[in-house]
Amino acid sequence: MLDIKNYVRVQSLQEAYDLCQNRRNVIIGGMLWLKMQNRSVDTAIDLCDLGLNQIEDKGDEIHIGAMVTLRQLELDPLLNEYTHHALKESVKHIVGVQFRNLATIGGSLFGRYGFSDVLTMFLALDAYVELYHGGIVSIREFVEMRPSLDILVRIIVKKTPMQVVYLSQRNTQTDFPVLTCAISKMNQDYYCVIGARPLKATLLLDEKHLLDSSLSDESILAFADDIAQRVTLGSNLRGSADYRRHLTKVLIKRALWQLREEHNHGN
Amino acid sequence: MEIKINLNGKDIVSTIEPDTLLIDFLRQQGCLSVKRGCDTSNCGLCTVFQDDQPILSCSVLAARAAGHKIVTLEGMQKEAQGFAEFIADQGAEQCGFCNPGMMMNAMALLRENDDPSDEDILNYLAGNLCRCSGYEGQLRGIKNYIAYLKRSGKEDLS
Repeated sequence: MLDIKNYVRVQSLQEAYDLCQNRRNVIIGGMLWLKMQNRSVDTAIDLCDLGLNQIEDKGDEIHIGAMVTLRQLELDPLLNEYTHHALKESVKHIVGVQFRNLATIGGSLFGRYGFSDVLTMFLALDAYVELYHGGIVSIREFVEMRPSLDILVRIIVKKTPMQVVYLSQRNTQTDFPVLTCAISKMNQDYYCVIGARPLKATLLLDEKHLLDSSLSDESILAFADDIAQRVTLGSNLRGSADYRRHLTKVLIKRALWQLREEHNHGN
Repeated sequence: MEIKINLNGKDIVSTIEPDTLLIDFLRQQGCLSVKRGCDTSNCGLCTVFQDDQPILSCSVLAARAAGHKIVTLEGMQKEAQGFAEFIADQGAEQCGFCNPGMMMNAMALLRENDDPSDEDILNYLAGNLCRCSGYEGQLRGIKNYIAYLKRSGKEDLS
């Protein structure tokens, strides 16, 4: 059960930062995962008055405030045009609309959860996170960082021309994923992200240059086999490591076929 | 701590504990349509509108809802009654425990999209669990209600 002694709607990031230096205080984000914990909190820090619930077009970049909900991501025309609706696909299976109206992008990424669809997606987008004290760091770096007493302020997506496909496998609709897979192509390079391993999402590159320019079936199969051999997978109640390894091949093949299809149709 | 909230069209001021969940606050205010089900943010039973968006009242602090407009099924009696008849006609309510949450979310869907496909309906209601019906009766009831609204020219549900 979550026990909260004080609740503060901070009026500045500095106020939030000062408060969160005490480990008994916590930034509540959407509060959905926090609520599941058996925990006593001195002060619940709410960022809801800081205007961080906006998705902004900044020319070459898209800025996503930490308090933007997953539902906003799902419906945002700018992000979905840029990602060819892959972003929508990455969040639409997360519980239900009511849940996604509460869950925030900041909370989803800051925890670097193993089950996270969102982390998988934003790794494939080669996004950046802006930390209040840590500054702007790539999400690839952020995912490997140890948890710190900092504040995730916004996510920055650079509008690099790209193709991206997102797929996940679930045992039942709205459950945590058994495996997530996002593949993007930027500047002729392919980025393959495998998440819900059940470890946190990880990025794998085409180090052996197995994928050819036409994405032939042979090259796709070789790449899928290579990634499935290289990726570290584990077992939990949703699936074994062997099952996840099989799924890895299947999702990579499907994602690359879809990427090829979209490329051939000029999307 | 003191909060001000607009509940079902009325401004109210109340004193709460910092960790009071919105569901508990609403039930204390007599909104007993708001049910506690899973308590893990999964079942949709506790669905209410916050500023016209469906949310899970079991997963929000009442303190965060301060300053917002909250609507429960009690605040939508006329609209809900018309809809409920179509659900009942299909025998889709069965035990009835999930009905308030399902109806709130279905009405949220119809406010966003007055002509949803079957897929749209099933996707939107994916976060409303029902252990009795298998969802087929609910789907028929919703579709019949939409057809009725179209026939009677009541497409503006707001």
